[in-house]
Amino acid sequence: MEIKLKLNGKNIMGSIEPDTLLIDFLREHGCYSVKRGCETSGCGLCTVLMDGTPVLSCSVLAARADGHEVYTLEGLQQEASDFVGFIADQGADQCGFCNPGFVMNTIALLRENPDPTDDEIRAFLAGNLCRCSGYEGQLRGIRNYLDSRKG
Amino acid sequence: MITIQKYVRPQSLEEAYQLNQNRRSRIIAGMLWTKMSSGAVNTAIDLCDLGLDTIEETDKQFSIGAMVTLRQIEQHAGLNAYTGGKAAAAVKDIIGVQFRNIATVGGSIWGRFGFSDVLTLFLAMESFVELYKGGIIPLAQFASMPYDRDLLVRLIVKKTPGSFSYQAMRAQRTDFPVLTCAVSRLDGQYRAAIGARPGRAMLIKDEEGLLTGGINEESAKAFAEYAAGKVPTGSNLRGSAAYRTHLAKVLVERGALELGGNA
Repeated sequence: MEIKLKLNGKNIMGSIEPDTLLIDFLREHGCYSVKRGCETSGCGLCTVLMDGTPVLSCSVLAARADGHEVYTLEGLQQEASDFVGFIADQGADQCGFCNPGFVMNTIALLRENPDPTDDEIRAFLAGNLCRCSGYEGQLRGIRNYLDSRKG
Repeated sequence: MITIQKYVRPQSLEEAYQLNQNRRSRIIAGMLWTKMSSGAVNTAIDLCDLGLDTIEETDKQFSIGAMVTLRQIEQHAGLNAYTGGKAAAAVKDIIGVQFRNIATVGGSIWGRFGFSDVLTLFLAMESFVELYKGGIIPLAQFASMPYDRDLLVRLIVKKTPGSFSYQAMRAQRTDFPVLTCAVSRLDGQYRAAIGARPGRAMLIKDEEGLLTGGINEESAKAFAEYAAGKVPTGSNLRGSAAYRTHLAKVLVERGALELGGNA
């Protein structure tokens, strides 16, 4: 079946099987930041924005994305560049595998809540798993970024 | 992983219903649990074009479309005003925001999953389901029905004056719950919904009036003992039956005490 969607700002068409998952469609279209982690919809590694909302692309049929707008980290690098350096400064992304999912969900968080508390950050990012860091580094990085904006 | 031969977005409930009469068809809701299953699906029926993704609020009730996400439940001002924030409290630890942006009320309620925080939450309210062919029936009745091939269209929650508490025991935040428990006072009547037993959530009403004289430590404990005694529990990798029964007593007591006040 054929689908049309807007991917990272560009209108694209694609031919898919009815059971193609969005994550596989996106990787076939060069979005390698979107990765498979847990296969149980629990790790947040495959997070993309669909119509501006963070979703797990491993659990969305590509067919459902037909007619919608999808952003991956490839299309949001400028927005991400505002804060990823602060996370890196904390050594939070040690192996880096979880990082795209964290960054995508942090973008979603900051769009929805530009000045979150630490508890709000923890709650919003609870669906992003990291096996290296223990999460405090990501929290410190985001906090430092937010504090830097306040001068 | 399931395989899907054909994907369809019906343009009417009747079309969806007819497609779903084939036993190899399957309704696609959030796709989260479906994805974890195995087998061959002939026709995947996606209800996303049917306008079932909104919560309509009137003076008397909430009408929650089957495709409303758990995140919408979490963020809906009216629903959380009515429940004192317990709607958000019940779903906030379900995996993560990205998961709750996909998972639907219809999928949770239709699935009648034992682990469902959503079913437990709404059982404690005056809730009904609207089935396409089966009409409007109490949620408690639906929760004990076998699966059939009807469509769940909406969840209806009456704004019966009341107060609510919600407790869940998880070994770890975002994990499946070991036990879920919602306690409510609706028009002076008390009830407790207990889920993750690990079976489907059950509704226990205070038919002996243990709390009608007022809630204190003694009456809350008596109601907790009563409710836990009515609810069969089982064992799985998350906990034993004995542990769950103990948790049921603790969580019902805490829930009742949180409601507080007099009838």
